Amino acid sequence: MSDTTARPDLLSWTCPAPVRDRPRVVMGHGGGGAMSAELIEQIVLPGLGGPVQAALTDSAVVELGGARLAFSTDSFVVRPLFFPGGSIGDLAVNGTVNDLAMSGARAAFLSCGLILEEGVELDTVSRVAEALGAAARAAGVRVVTGDTKVVEAGHGDGVYINTSGIGLIPAGVDLRPERVTPGDVVVVSGAIGVHGVAIMSERENLRFEVGIESDCAALGGLVDAMLSVTSDLHVLRDPTRGGLAASLNEIAAASGCGVVVQERSVPVPQPVVGACAMLGLDPMYVANEGKLVAFVPREHADAVLAAMRAHPLGSEAAVIGEAVTDHPGMVVARTGLGGTRVVDMPMGEQLPRIC
Amino acid sequence: MKYIDEFQDPALAARLLDDIRATVTRPWALMEVCGGQTHSIIRHGIDQLLPDEVELIHGPGCPVCVTPLEMIDKALEIASRPEVIFCSFGDMLRVPGTGRDLFQVRAEGGDVRVVYSPLDALRLAEENPDREVVFFGIGFETTAPPNAMTVHQARKRGIRNFSLLVSHVRVPPAIEAIMQSPDCRVQAFLAAGHVCSVMGTAEYPALAERFRVPIVVTGFEPLDVLEGVRRTVRQLERGEHTVDNAYPRAVPPEGNPAARAMLDDVFEVADRAWRGIGVIPDSGWRLSPRYRDYDAEHRFQVGDIATLEPAECRSGEVLQGLLKPHECEAFGTTCTPRTPLGATMVSSEGACAAYYLYRRLDLPARPGSRPDSRPTPVATPAAVSVSSREDSSVV
Repeated sequence: MSDTTARPDLLSWTCPAPVRDRPRVVMGHGGGGAMSAELIEQIVLPGLGGPVQAALTDSAVVELGGARLAFSTDSFVVRPLFFPGGSIGDLAVNGTVNDLAMSGARAAFLSCGLILEEGVELDTVSRVAEALGAAARAAGVRVVTGDTKVVEAGHGDGVYINTSGIGLIPAGVDLRPERVTPGDVVVVSGAIGVHGVAIMSERENLRFEVGIESDCAALGGLVDAMLSVTSDLHVLRDPTRGGLAASLNEIAAASGCGVVVQERSVPVPQPVVGACAMLGLDPMYVANEGKLVAFVPREHADAVLAAMRAHPLGSEAAVIGEAVTDHPGMVVARTGLGGTRVVDMPMGEQLPRIC
Repeated sequence: MKYIDEFQDPALAARLLDDIRATVTRPWALMEVCGGQTHSIIRHGIDQLLPDEVELIHGPGCPVCVTPLEMIDKALEIASRPEVIFCSFGDMLRVPGTGRDLFQVRAEGGDVRVVYSPLDALRLAEENPDREVVFFGIGFETTAPPNAMTVHQARKRGIRNFSLLVSHVRVPPAIEAIMQSPDCRVQAFLAAGHVCSVMGTAEYPALAERFRVPIVVTGFEPLDVLEGVRRTVRQLERGEHTVDNAYPRAVPPEGNPAARAMLDDVFEVADRAWRGIGVIPDSGWRLSPRYRDYDAEHRFQVGDIATLEPAECRSGEVLQGLLKPHECEAFGTTCTPRTPLGATMVSSEGACAAYYLYRRLDLPARPGSRPDSRPTPVATPAAVSVSSREDSSVV
């Protein structure tokens, strides 16, 4: 550091945009990135009076009566309620089913809390309920309890849904980022970025030449197929908010390993590439709703990949990288041209760039 | 969408790189003017692949970065008003003004909306006749024509509840200002392809001749950038300084005459302040007197908001290519994308943010520092008196 007598004292300089000092919640706090984590770690958990198991993971693993259960909850506030490839009803089931599946559990029971806005058409509520029921049947899960509340007009977005779920974790299955070791192979179950682009195109009325439909799906069956090859998978993640980049960063940080991704190996459909190029977004940060990323011991990688590809929801599964000893806690992409770049944890929401 | 993978082909990239390596015999410093090019260079690792002799200096071409602090403060003031629907492109929402950003205004109850086109804002004005709709018109020659067309449409269709907060800037005066700096190290320019697709190339030969620098019109995909570099290095090695178009698929020499006519009708050239740099003469546009009724600064009387840029941030030197992002003492420590001290760390097209996001693995853990003697600025420091909302006459 140079002599600071002639320079301003940067340490006492108050930044104009300190995220921590924001007096109010902003949308970035819900983006699934660093701001979301900070909100939970610095505001919510201290308020709850102690560490909450799995507060920052998809589901908690708890023991009850000798059984190991996965327990998860999720809220759904998507707009529009119906979009190409799905609806809030599908998301409400599949989101929680998938959170449980990432712990290796097959979802058994769900709760469903509806928060309806005064004025929403009953036909809309009916369509959401039907979609929810159909998704539950398809996922093999039963909705066994629920609740309904109505809020005044202007205090909701038509329909909000919360679902919680429980499922049994099979013996011998232990999926945690801490189990990741250098040499593990990183596999994604299919094309990324589809759901986020589908929602954005519908929400913002962007008429792309090629219609893009959400990949919303329940992943329990795919996880079963993977576990039938080996129970020794190290970690699974459902890369929803914050996309693949957020999941890989969370795993890197929790495992202490570095992660290297071969950018050209990551499957991104051409319509998503085009939409992201137009909007200035990076597909690695775009939400998915029917995809998983797995860290698999190298000796099982080929068999697990084959099992995934034999399943309808894993037919485009691909090896995209590996866990390494270099740059611990950091995700690095090898670009198509042979350079490298850091793939950072997203901060808040990804924003379309001006040009 | 086609024509993305084609311009990221590793085999073709390798051939271009081989050609550059075979051509270069001594060090050269090239400035890529556009933030989109900076983003592409860093994101694809192009700077790592070029021979050491070719140094890329990142220019002031990120529209988000160069929008002056006082203009952000004016946006915050207008967006806070209950009668206003404030529309902006997405990445302006998190640019800090004095103490807040547009996200914060929205959290406090302001009606701030992300749009993808100024015409979306005009549609909102039609749909909400009892509200005032304001669009934040920032950017270079690329975004100015559609904004001009929107104002033109508003007047033509008699939509009175629409206005534009204008902070448009022009590339050629910035090149001129950079070349006039006594500390300038730039020996050639990769001109911004999308700017030239609107304006054509007619403004550049005089600059190339006056400052004896090659100017190569360059696109944004990796192969575009490499081809721009290849042609620039070839000129430098031969001692030439001409304007060359390496992006002909998007840039006709005359540009887009209809867009230029729209600019001439709606805007007039004016001095503009650039964040981190200062006022550059004739470097921007404002609404012409014929359209003054659609000027949000005039309509909402925020003209007296003037804000001083914090002196701690050295982004002005970064924007002029006088300082590499990691050579700033604050880089990665007190200044990160989460807590940006200044403009170049705010936008993903800013050089500091691009270095932090994509390149910090390659940088020394403790940033090196440069001597305290600061380079001579290219422009007069902007703004002067500090006013907050409390002591402003605008309430």
